[in-house]
Amino acid sequence: MAFEGLADRLQNTIQKIRGKGKVTEADVKEMMREVRLALLEADVNFKVVKDFVKKVSERAVGQEVLKSLTPGQQIIKIVNEELTELMGGEQSKIAASNRPPTVIMMVGLQGAGKTTTTGKLSLLLRKKYNRNPLLVAADIYRPAAIKQLQTLGKQLDMPVFSLGDQVSPVEIAKQAILKAKEDHHDYVLIDTAGRLHVDEALMDELKDIKELTKPDEIFLVVDAMTGQDAVNVAQSFNEQLGLTGVVLTKLDGDTRGGAALSIRAVTQTPIKFVGLGEKMDALEPFHPERMASRILGM
Amino acid sequence: ARYRKVDEDFFEELEEILIQADVGFDTVMQLIDELKMEVKRRNIQDPREVQSVISEKLVDIYNAGEEQSSKLNIQQDGLTVILFVGVNGVGKTTTIGKLGHKFKSEGKKVLMAAGDTFRAGAIEQLEVWGERVGVEVIKQAEGSDPAAVMYDAIQAAKSRHADILLCDTAGRLQNKVNLMKELEKVKRVIEREIPGAPHEVILVLDATTGQNALIQAKTFKEATNVSGIVLSKLDGTAKGGIVLAIRNELKIPVKFVGLGEKMDDLQEFDAEKYVYGLFADQVEKSE
Ligand SMILES: Nc1nc2c(ncn2[C@@H]2O[C@H](COP(=O)(O)OP(=O)(O)OP(=O)(O)O)[C@@H](O)[C@H]2O)c(=O)[nH]1
Ligand SMILES: Nc1nc2c(ncn2[C@@H]2O[C@H](COP(=O)(O)OP(=O)(O)OP(=O)(O)O)[C@@H](O)[C@H]2O)c(=O)[nH]1
Ligand SMILES: [K+]
Ligand SMILES: [Mg+2]
Ligand SMILES: [Mg+2]
Repeated sequence: MAFEGLADRLQNTIQKIRGKGKVTEADVKEMMREVRLALLEADVNFKVVKDFVKKVSERAVGQEVLKSLTPGQQIIKIVNEELTELMGGEQSKIAASNRPPTVIMMVGLQGAGKTTTTGKLSLLLRKKYNRNPLLVAADIYRPAAIKQLQTLGKQLDMPVFSLGDQVSPVEIAKQAILKAKEDHHDYVLIDTAGRLHVDEALMDELKDIKELTKPDEIFLVVDAMTGQDAVNVAQSFNEQLGLTGVVLTKLDGDTRGGAALSIRAVTQTPIKFVGLGEKMDALEPFHPERMASRILGM
Repeated sequence: ARYRKVDEDFFEELEEILIQADVGFDTVMQLIDELKMEVKRRNIQDPREVQSVISEKLVDIYNAGEEQSSKLNIQQDGLTVILFVGVNGVGKTTTIGKLGHKFKSEGKKVLMAAGDTFRAGAIEQLEVWGERVGVEVIKQAEGSDPAAVMYDAIQAAKSRHADILLCDTAGRLQNKVNLMKELEKVKRVIEREIPGAPHEVILVLDATTGQNALIQAKTFKEATNVSGIVLSKLDGTAKGGIVLAIRNELKIPVKFVGLGEKMDDLQEFDAEKYVYGLFADQVEKSE
């Protein structure tokens, strides 16, 4: 496996430092090289890694650390702390509008997990918060996207609003809100089609839906396996739409998930939930400390 | 010109560009070391001259000593079976639609097998593609055994004298042992029914995927003996550079790239063109 031995390598460096009894700036530098590598191999963005290593190095050469009895462990602790800090606190709260329905828009690249997560979120809202959501099939492009959401709706016994694939997504969203008010749904979850952040026409469509429905939340759904490009995608969606949260999917795999760190660092948008499977109950709050350890492979 | 010299800054920027293309740290370091030696050996001063050396070296890394064509292993007579595998949401079903269209327009008789009986709407998705490109889809009900679907599809392909059978499978993460076993079983059914089949096992990789793609390739290769890769979603801003390491370490060639969601958005892979695209930004800056 590609990442095997990273934690080992870090431990080795620590051992070396420990054996020395005295830790120099050069030792710190060597250790930071390992940390840099660990982060890059975990898909943390290159620029984010650069800034991060600089910051940690500054703290690590501070006198208290080098003079302490366990400088290696101290440095690892700093690394972990700074990672956790960068990823923000736990924020799995979902907005609740005082003028229902609360509207949530799901957006992201193709195949990230939007439709699946829309189903999962509706189940969470019903089970944990005792809410009554309406799912909206606003992906008129992907073959059988509507059918996919309807099938999930059926499994969950959750109503799905659809006008077929010959009506514009903006119109679908508009009608859905009216329907939700009529039927007293307190949440409206809009499943939008996957699109590239550089696709102007389709990004404009999202802006129009936003303009019209005034969503309380716009969640960017991101595949946890995403590499260096995660920052471009997240930054672009954020600039164009103003995200309120990120959902990181497919964390049940063996990816390190460095995208989490990159996205958080460049957008300052909280990661709210993680997807841990294909089943409808596989959605959990995001835990920054666990993610930090995972990224470092520890 | 931004770069007047081939100096440390030049190499540092190249390193950044390649890492940001997901080429991976080890591969990038190998390349930079070799480049530095070559530049010294040939006494190259002009950045523009280095560009061709970079291309050369990257293609070398990709090929790892063996030239390989991106052509699919299509049987001259009789049925060719192509099995598609990969993690969730990478573009397997869409690629089948695109390839179905390609073979169809070459005058071949094509059939598709709806082997994803798990994901909501997966069968219907393939059916829409089948209608779009004019290809029959062999299916069973949602939730049925995918190996049984494959068995059916092969019998259908035989009796209809099809040239090509494109087999869809459900997306699965490579660390799910049971799901990987299920996939092995699907492949065994195909092997048993037609000697020499499947003639290609195509791993679809999403170009936005980072270093995990290498583990995907390793694990799917162990389970299904992957013979080629389709690199999807290259129409975005991601470059999918990890395929260099995959080719270099595992010898799996890239056969096609996906460039969009429409049926024509599939192109044969061209290593030189691809490699040039990895650092084209730096070239443009230096001109
Ligand atoms: N293992 C795993 N699979 C997931 C998870 N979330 C989604 N998936 C799978 O990922 C694939 C894509 O999910 P979708 O919900 O269709 O993604 P999407 O973003 O709606 O895709 P488009 O609408 O085509 O853009 C499906 O196979 C899902 O079952 C997760 O957390 N873990
Ligand atoms: N931009 C772009 N989108 C693509 C490309 N290939 C596939 N897609 C989109 O990616 C999403 C997922 O594609 P699918 O073909 O459903 O992927 P899959 O691997 O079959 O997914 P599962 O069966 O759920 O595992 C869909 O929205 C496709 O339209 C491509 O080359 N470029
Ligand atoms: K993906
Ligand atoms: Mg969808
Ligand atoms: Mg599929």
